[in-house]
Amino acid sequence: MAMHKRLYNVGAILKGLSITLRFMFARKPTVQYPSVRKQHAPRFHGLHELRRYDDGKERCIGCELCSSACPANAITVIGAENAPGDRKSPGERYAARYEIDELRCIFCGMCEEACPTDAIVLTPRFEMSDFRRGSFIYAKDRLLVPADGGVGTPPDERPGGIPADLGGVAGKKSTLDVGSGYDATYNGSLLKTQRKGLTG
Amino acid sequence: MPLWLIVLIKSAILLFIVVTSFAYAMLAERKVMGWMQLRPGPNRVGPWGLMQPAADAAKLILKEDLAPRTADPLLYRLAPFVSLLTAFSVYAIIPFDVTSAGTWSIGNVNAGVLFLLAITSLGVYGISLGGWASGSKFPLLGSVRSTAQMISYELGMGLALAGVLLVAGTTSLDGIVSAQRDLWFFIPQFVAFVVYVVTAIAETNRVPFDLVEAETELVAGFHTEYSGLRFGLFFIAEYVNMLTVSCIASLLFFGGWNAPFGWTWLPGIVWFLLKVAAFMFFYIWLRATLPRFRYDRLMAFGWKVLLPIATLNVVVTAVVIALKG
Repeated sequence: MAMHKRLYNVGAILKGLSITLRFMFARKPTVQYPSVRKQHAPRFHGLHELRRYDDGKERCIGCELCSSACPANAITVIGAENAPGDRKSPGERYAARYEIDELRCIFCGMCEEACPTDAIVLTPRFEMSDFRRGSFIYAKDRLLVPADGGVGTPPDERPGGIPADLGGVAGKKSTLDVGSGYDATYNGSLLKTQRKGLTG
Repeated sequence: MPLWLIVLIKSAILLFIVVTSFAYAMLAERKVMGWMQLRPGPNRVGPWGLMQPAADAAKLILKEDLAPRTADPLLYRLAPFVSLLTAFSVYAIIPFDVTSAGTWSIGNVNAGVLFLLAITSLGVYGISLGGWASGSKFPLLGSVRSTAQMISYELGMGLALAGVLLVAGTTSLDGIVSAQRDLWFFIPQFVAFVVYVVTAIAETNRVPFDLVEAETELVAGFHTEYSGLRFGLFFIAEYVNMLTVSCIASLLFFGGWNAPFGWTWLPGIVWFLLKVAAFMFFYIWLRATLPRFRYDRLMAFGWKVLLPIATLNVVVTAVVIALKG
C-alpha cells in the first residue's frame, strides 16, 4: 500500500475514535424495564379479555366465530344453552368453556374483529411468563372480567400509555384442570410429551 | 522492622491495590464500552453496578474447573499462575511517587526499564504454555500466534524505550521521571511514544491486536479450554498487564508523578494515577472503536513499519544527543 493511503488509515482511525467518543455521551435508548415501563400504543395487542354488558351479563354468546377466525387455532369455545332461570348471557347461548392457549396465540386480533358482540378483546397486558406450560391456557376464570371488575374496555376506547395491571391477570392462578398441560416423563434420554385433552 | 517484613507488608498492600484496580478496570471497561455502544452497561448489582466485580468473582470461583482429557495435567494447571505471577511481579519495581520520605516503591532497581522488559516478556510463557497444555487445536493456534506476536512486537517496544533511555541518560525509573521535570518525554520522543503505545497494545493482546484470543476465528484462543477460577486468573493477568503498560507509559512518556503546568496542588501520586487511568481509558476507547487486524497484516505492520520507525528514532535520537553533548 502506498504511503499516502496509510496516512488516510490514520485519519479513519481518528474519525472512528471521535464517533465512539460522541456516542459515549449520547442519550441511551435503553429502557430500564422492570422499574421503568415503556408507553404502549393504543392498539397494542396483548392478553385477551372477555367483556361483560353493563348489567353484568357476559357478552360472549358461544358462537365460536373467534375460534374459526383464529389463524393459530388457539381458541376453544364450547357453547351451551342458557338455563331459563340463570341466564349467563342475553342471547340464547353462552360459552360454557372458553379457553385460549396463549402459547399458540399470535396476538393478531382476528378474534376481536370476528366477535359479533365485542366480547373478546385484546388488552395491553403482556407479562404472562410462567414456568408451567399449562398455565398458558387461559380459561374463563382468568379471561372474563370479574363480576365486580366493571365491563372491560371496548377496543376503540383503549388508552395508550402504561398499563396499570400488567401482570394482574397473568399472576392469577388458573382454576382450570389441565395439570401442567403436558405430561413430561423424563427417563434417561427419553422425554415424552403428550398433550392433555382440552376436549369437551 | 526487618527488611523482609517491610517488603512483605508493602507487597500485600500493593497486591490489594492492584487487584482492586483490576476489578474496577474491568467494570470500567464494560461500562465505557456499553456507553460507546449506546447501552447503559452493567447496572444491576449494587448502585451503578459497583458490586459487579464481586458478583463476577463469586461466579468464577463457584464454576467448575474443567480440564480436557488430552491436557497436560501439570502445565495446564500451572499456566494461569505463570501468567499471573509475571503480571504481578512487575509492580515490585514500579515507583508511584517520590516524596521527602523516599521513593514509593517496593524495590528501587537501577536497571528498572530492563527489569520491566525482562519480566513482561516472561508473560508470554503463561499464554503459550496454557495454549499448548490444553491439548486442543484452537488454544494451540492461539498460543503460537501469541508467541510470534509478542516476540515481533517486543523488538519495536524495546527500541521505542531505548529512545527514552538515551534522552534520560538512565535506566532507573525514578531517574527517568525526574529527568522529565521540565519537559515530558512524549514531546521530544513522540515517535517512540506512538510506537510504544501500538506495541504495548499488541503485547497485552488487546483489540485491535487480540489475535491471541480472536473469538471469531479461534473460539477464545489460548484460554478456550479454561473455565472457572483458572480462566479468571488469565483474565486478571490480562488486565494487570494493561495496568502495567499504562504505568510504564505514564512513567516514561508523561512524567510520572510530575504535575502538568506546575499544578502541584494535587499530590504526585494522584497525578500518576490519573495518567494511568487516562491510558486505561484509551485502551477501552480503542477496543470499542477498532476491528481486529488480520494476522499477516499484524506481522507486516510490526516488522515493516514499527521496527524500522523505532530503529530510525533511536539512530536520530542518538545522533542529536551526540551532536549536542
